[in-house]
Amino acid sequence: MTQPASSSPDASAFVAINKLTKKFGQKVAVNEVDLMLAKGETMAIIGPSAAGKSVLMKCLVGIYGADKGTIHLNGDDVTNSNAPTRPDWAEKIGMLFQQNALFDSLSVWENICFRQIELGTLNRKDARDRAIELLGLVGLAPESADLKPSDLSGGMQKRVGIARAISSDPEILLLDNPTAGLDPVLSNHIELMIAKIAEKRGTTVISITNDMHIARTRYQNLTMMYDGKVYWSGKTSEIDDAHNAHLTQMLDGSSQGPITMRTGKREDGVYA
Amino acid sequence: MSKPHHAPGDVRSKSLTDYLNDENVRAVLYQVVAIGLIILTSWYLVSNTLDNLEQQNISTGYSFLDLEASFEISESMIDYSAKSTYATALLVGLLNTIKVAFLGIILCTIIGIIFGVARLSSNWIVRKLATVYVETFRNIPVLLQLFFWYALIPNSFPHPRDALEPLPGVLLTSRGLYLPVPIADTAYTLMGIAAILALVAIYFVKKWAKKRQDATGEPFPMTAAGFGIFFGLVFIAYLLGGAPTEIDMPTLKGFNIRGGYNISPEFLALLIGLTVYTSTYVAEVVRSGIQAVPNGQWEAADSLGIKRSVALRKVILPQSMRVAIPPLTNQYLNLTKNSSLAVAVGYPDLVSVSNTTMNQTGQAIEAISIFMLIYLGLSLLTSLFMNWFNKKMALVER
Repeated sequence: MTQPASSSPDASAFVAINKLTKKFGQKVAVNEVDLMLAKGETMAIIGPSAAGKSVLMKCLVGIYGADKGTIHLNGDDVTNSNAPTRPDWAEKIGMLFQQNALFDSLSVWENICFRQIELGTLNRKDARDRAIELLGLVGLAPESADLKPSDLSGGMQKRVGIARAISSDPEILLLDNPTAGLDPVLSNHIELMIAKIAEKRGTTVISITNDMHIARTRYQNLTMMYDGKVYWSGKTSEIDDAHNAHLTQMLDGSSQGPITMRTGKREDGVYA
Repeated sequence: MSKPHHAPGDVRSKSLTDYLNDENVRAVLYQVVAIGLIILTSWYLVSNTLDNLEQQNISTGYSFLDLEASFEISESMIDYSAKSTYATALLVGLLNTIKVAFLGIILCTIIGIIFGVARLSSNWIVRKLATVYVETFRNIPVLLQLFFWYALIPNSFPHPRDALEPLPGVLLTSRGLYLPVPIADTAYTLMGIAAILALVAIYFVKKWAKKRQDATGEPFPMTAAGFGIFFGLVFIAYLLGGAPTEIDMPTLKGFNIRGGYNISPEFLALLIGLTVYTSTYVAEVVRSGIQAVPNGQWEAADSLGIKRSVALRKVILPQSMRVAIPPLTNQYLNLTKNSSLAVAVGYPDLVSVSNTTMNQTGQAIEAISIFMLIYLGLSLLTSLFMNWFNKKMALVER
């Protein structure tokens, strides 16, 4: 079981990140990260602040280029190609940002179908209809379509963000802290909703969270990042109580530094 | 002894020091003293001035406005001759001020936005050129820049005989720019009225479209409809006016150019000088506005596969304008006020005409009071408009 995470990357994995390094000046934000995920599976990325979780996600979606290493999506090398230059993959990945990053200059429906309007894949009328359909899916009334994002509450904004992320029926859904700043009831509701949407469409989901309980109960795989590196990666079902306690301690800072490195590897070679 | 007993503190009458230490009494006292000082000073100055004027045999009052001005003004937007009154002369000056300020505000906004965006370009050359432009023209006093442009135009452009013709009918000479214009016709008045009517109509259609969209959710192609209404109405007015086609072309006659619409070197120098100077400040306002938009907005647009130029136009600039409007108002006010430097290049703006009026009539106080009031009025109008615009654009946070 104990193998260095950097051994042979498997091209059969849907998402395959190999030795990815991203620096900002002298600071190494993501340090030789390996990550594999099969199609249709879900993964939670946990880790304390500044562990490199968001940067990793932004490399995946094409906002940042990499300094070293590769990213393959379904066998395509998408390393260092930003989203506008990889139109097919830009459409196949949807991302929810930590602060939602809704466009305040546009109405809710224009936000949701901004991509479709701008790339001309839908005319404005159809785009609006599509946006209203998506609003229904995330539990918002059609009336909110013509409001501005600033008119909405935090939870409603989060839902709009999710609607935007899934507007192009993506194969990969990236969620940066989907439940940050929401109360426990609403968090649970949002997580359930995401799980339902993803399951129905067979979407591959990678989600950043700070909640060990949510990570264990709602996701099939778990990757823990610490100081830019993958500290632990495996199936959530393999996490026993002792391990859970250790990871939780890492998360809340009561334990410092790696004690044992452990990587779960499945028979088919896909790290999970 | 029939009086009821009081505690010692209650019956003690307040002394003067007690009153002076009372915050409320003090506040009133300070205000009375301040207003008193202002009144005394103004009274002193005004009575002194009146005495001096009387000694010099200068009558006060605004009756001079009805007298014949008896001086020529080199350019005017309305009918004016030396036989017109001083009031008309001042109106000519005011219209000239408004003309240069209005055009200057529009041009400096456009140029400023271009250079503000260029300063953030990822292209090194574009970025550096924009920086050089901004830093150069921002740091040279605007008066010197006006002298520069005014020296440049008559000296760098050819004599009317060898006029440059960059576009057919457009002549560029040391005496300014000549443009072909349609010969005055009632059709153009009709078109002007039609344009105003069209704007009113567009306003109401827009209101109706929003109401309908709120009620039924049906979107309305407002941009297309707006253009249709505007140009449709104007064109109908043009046809109704008999569709005049005669155009007054500027042509060389003798040593000078006759006909067409002349834009004087003075006006050009002032407009270019004010526009260039103010556009550097607008560029900085726009740049800071863009940088004030959270980076996440760029990233979100990026992640959707939207091109940066589209993201800038649809997402970033509209949001940066919110931050930019109040400082932009300052720049517009500055440009309007700086237009009074017209006197340095001989453009007959309000101050220039007022100066001539002052010299001829000796009514310095009245003339100055008129243009100060007008500048105050112009500035307040600009502020009012920009405040309204700001409110309209402001983000209503919940």
